[in-house]
Amino acid sequence: MIEFRSVSKRFPDGTIAVEDFSLELPSRRTTVLVGSSGSGKTTLLRMINRMVDPTSGTIEIDGEDIARVAPVPLRRRIGYVLQNSGLLPHRKVVDNITTVPLLEGVSKRDARARALELLDTVGLDRGLADRYPSQLSGGQQQRVGVARALAVDPNIMLMDEPFGAVDPIVRADLQQELIRIQRQVAKTIVFVTHDIDEAFLLGDQVVILEQRARIAQVGSPAEILANPASDFVADFIGADRGRRALRAVHTDGRTVLIDRDGRAAGVLLEGEPGE
Amino acid sequence: MNWLWNNLDLVLELSVEHLRLSLPPIILGFIVSVPLGWLAYRYKLTRGLVLTLAGLLYTIPSLALFVLLPPLLGISFLSELNVLIALTIYAVALMTRSVADGLASVDPIVRESATAVGYSPWRRFFSVELPLAGPVLLAGLRVVAVSTVSLVTVGVFVGVRSLGFLFTNGLQRGIIVEIVTGIVMTVVIALILDGLLVLLGRLVLPWTRLDARARRRIPVTTAVPA
Repeated sequence: MIEFRSVSKRFPDGTIAVEDFSLELPSRRTTVLVGSSGSGKTTLLRMINRMVDPTSGTIEIDGEDIARVAPVPLRRRIGYVLQNSGLLPHRKVVDNITTVPLLEGVSKRDARARALELLDTVGLDRGLADRYPSQLSGGQQQRVGVARALAVDPNIMLMDEPFGAVDPIVRADLQQELIRIQRQVAKTIVFVTHDIDEAFLLGDQVVILEQRARIAQVGSPAEILANPASDFVADFIGADRGRRALRAVHTDGRTVLIDRDGRAAGVLLEGEPGE
Repeated sequence: MNWLWNNLDLVLELSVEHLRLSLPPIILGFIVSVPLGWLAYRYKLTRGLVLTLAGLLYTIPSLALFVLLPPLLGISFLSELNVLIALTIYAVALMTRSVADGLASVDPIVRESATAVGYSPWRRFFSVELPLAGPVLLAGLRVVAVSTVSLVTVGVFVGVRSLGFLFTNGLQRGIIVEIVTGIVMTVVIALILDGLLVLLGRLVLPWTRLDARARRRIPVTTAVPA
């Protein structure tokens, strides 16, 4: 579990990125921080691996105050995926994945074997192992980024708009892959995005942020959709417009959901999902 | 032409000597300019200072430096060490800016990502930043190599034998072929060193050869700061 306690961050130039932020991020679940630019969501993420240190307040990982942990070892046990994959362009795919395990003293052979397994996990052909990142497509690079983050088998994975720079089709694909991988590995994922659809798709817990990381609402996607806490949230999630605004129409004893253009979006079923 | 056939041994000997004198300043100059270039790259304050100083150093005429160094360092005028130090200074003067530019050319996202996955600052410098600065460093090193090979000839004025000997000797004795031979061999050595550096670059910077091709295929995306 990651816990923020009254965390604030004021940058040297006087900008306040985060003001009195408190939140629990449950283990083995995906928490999505969503907000527009200036909401401090990336700053929050970067505080977890001490890329940024808070001005005040504490952050704990499983009860341990991370201010007492040296940044380098801390970062090595936390996976990190960046927007543009952040792969080292001068290292082959396999070397990118084995970077941190090798720094941690894992033998070269074991690290390579594990890297090849991870390529399977993220749905990449093992034949790509000896390519350089620039020889891969954007989507493939992102998958390698995820594989690299998983390489030390971290409890926590930080993902900073990892799918923000790929085209919509690849993004949808990567999102589904992440859901599949998360089902398999069950990490504590902290995911930053400005895309509310992505947040609702991936998040077990969604945190909607206003400026300076003020929490507008925390909850499951269903809770937030059912009961937006404020006009800001309602507006941000587009609860009453677009493809989320569905109207129930009763036809032949069933409830059909109609979108605002009058097209049928689906049928309303009762009961739990998966039944 | 007769002179050349009669003196092939001398030309060969001087060429080898020339090469031997050229290599240490190039290598030493590179090693010394890495920390200096880093200093110029890393801090605004030191940037102006280091780069201006390096620029000024290069403007000192080489003969003047050969005369100035011995009393300053307490070494003999007529020593190889004198030449070695002077040429290293020129190499540093040229190379420092290349190191600074090379380090600045590293994609900040890559630098940050290396930090984020747990590179310590030292390790990041040597295994991420320095290699990625490679292409710029190589370009600088090629200039340094050619410049050094040419400057070694001046050492003949303080008695250090190199192909420069053919210039002074040929001039004194009025043998044009000797002078031309000196020039040609100097150029040949410069070209050989340059070729070796390009080859070295291909060996240690293998990813740079893919870039041009790959960039065309994959659109470059820019980061949107959150």
